Amino acid sequence: MSAYLSDGEPLPVMQTGGGPKRYLAKVWAITRKELQSEWRAKEVLGTMTVFAVLAIIIFGMAFDLRVPQPEMVAPGVLWVVTLFAGVMGLNRTFGAEADRGSLPALLLAPMDRSAIYFGKLLASLFFMLATEVIMLPILLVIFDVNLMRPWILAALILGTIGYVSVGSLFGALTASARARETMLPILLLPLMVPVFMAGVALTGGVLDGRSFSDFRHWLGILTAYDLIFVTIAFLVFDLIWQEG
Amino acid sequence: MSTQTLSASKTSVRGWEMLQTALNIATALAMAALMWAALLYARPALNLAGDEQLAQRIFYLHMGCNIGALVAFLMSVTGSIVYLLTRDMDWDRVTQASIETGIIIGLGTVTTGAIWAKPAWNTFWTWDPRLTASTITVLIYIAYLLFRNGIDNRRTQALFGSIYALFAFLSIPLTYYSARWFRSIHPVVFDGENMEGQGGFNIGATMTQTLWIAVVAFCLLFSALMIMRWRQLRHEDALEELREEFYS
Repeated sequence: MSAYLSDGEPLPVMQTGGGPKRYLAKVWAITRKELQSEWRAKEVLGTMTVFAVLAIIIFGMAFDLRVPQPEMVAPGVLWVVTLFAGVMGLNRTFGAEADRGSLPALLLAPMDRSAIYFGKLLASLFFMLATEVIMLPILLVIFDVNLMRPWILAALILGTIGYVSVGSLFGALTASARARETMLPILLLPLMVPVFMAGVALTGGVLDGRSFSDFRHWLGILTAYDLIFVTIAFLVFDLIWQEG
Repeated sequence: MSTQTLSASKTSVRGWEMLQTALNIATALAMAALMWAALLYARPALNLAGDEQLAQRIFYLHMGCNIGALVAFLMSVTGSIVYLLTRDMDWDRVTQASIETGIIIGLGTVTTGAIWAKPAWNTFWTWDPRLTASTITVLIYIAYLLFRNGIDNRRTQALFGSIYALFAFLSIPLTYYSARWFRSIHPVVFDGENMEGQGGFNIGATMTQTLWIAVVAFCLLFSALMIMRWRQLRHEDALEELREEFYS
């Protein structure tokens, strides 16, 4: 079968099965599709970054008048803004597919459903990390706190992985529900409490100049969270579109 | 429906009815016994005095609610896993009924905790790990009910609800442990590792007995409410099916 995409590129030939290498190729195909459609439509990344910058400025105004040292609130601001900006992006991962009516086509793709999940997860991860890359210098300017330190960056990456792994799955669950946009944060944020607490405490610990042994258990919590929820999401993702 | 199955289902309804009545009476008796034991029978905590000593008696209700909520949420995750494996709607109804009952009993835990915290810790609210974890847990399960409400298809509702209930339950220990490393002033009554926690006390024989009455009473309360709600949900679904059959 010789099929071509509109720009003359040959359609990737995909079959189910075929070992880990083929599986990764399928995951990458989904991720590439997401990045490409984002590159053309520019609806997720732009919204997320603008929202994040706006939220940081609003927090800056709110705390500037009352808080003596910006180091006291900067960790909280970083993680709150990350979570809230993330919800906007995660709403679109499957929401956009449902709106465009392209969800059935995506599900017809000859691949394991979990490959779709991991493809979406990687794309969301990319969008969120890109937003965070923009947020950190803005935080430096507004709050005069340098958060670009190795352990904070490690925590951000680990926390974001946990966030998008649960968020992509819940995005799929809420895609067909009524009031999708408001339902996702209500489902997602209470489950993010461990990530949020670990992130805020670790960031605060690094800013206070504590030694690594004082905050390494937070990295443990983040890693455990990632492992548990990526595994469970991988196991249950196949079930989501079996009904109705 | 043939007459035979109708009469059979009638007998089974009567069986359920009798079980429910027996359970309700047992629950009422156990609750009355708990009130007597908690207020009169249990000896006062020796190391506390005044208001704090009096307030300590809410501990039996507090702990009972806590155990009841734990059993409820364990039941809900069992229901969700069995539903995911068998796709038997009865188990989805177990999950929903357990969560609804668990929210009520869990709110009881938080409320009695806040009432006890005022005399013991001099504040209604603090970011203590167990307080944080139980409050977040109740919020997660309220989100579960909202989420179910937002889905129209009954089978999708059951499937997505079960997936969410599974995630919700798994996040509870992580929430607890991450909250635990924040400063804790909650007394640990049983393994004594946090005796500097404010409002702690040594547990004596009459107290242990009262506590066991509380555990039994709240497990009975959970079972009675859960089974009642479960049967109600069954009738609701049956009614909905009949209605669809009738209009189609």
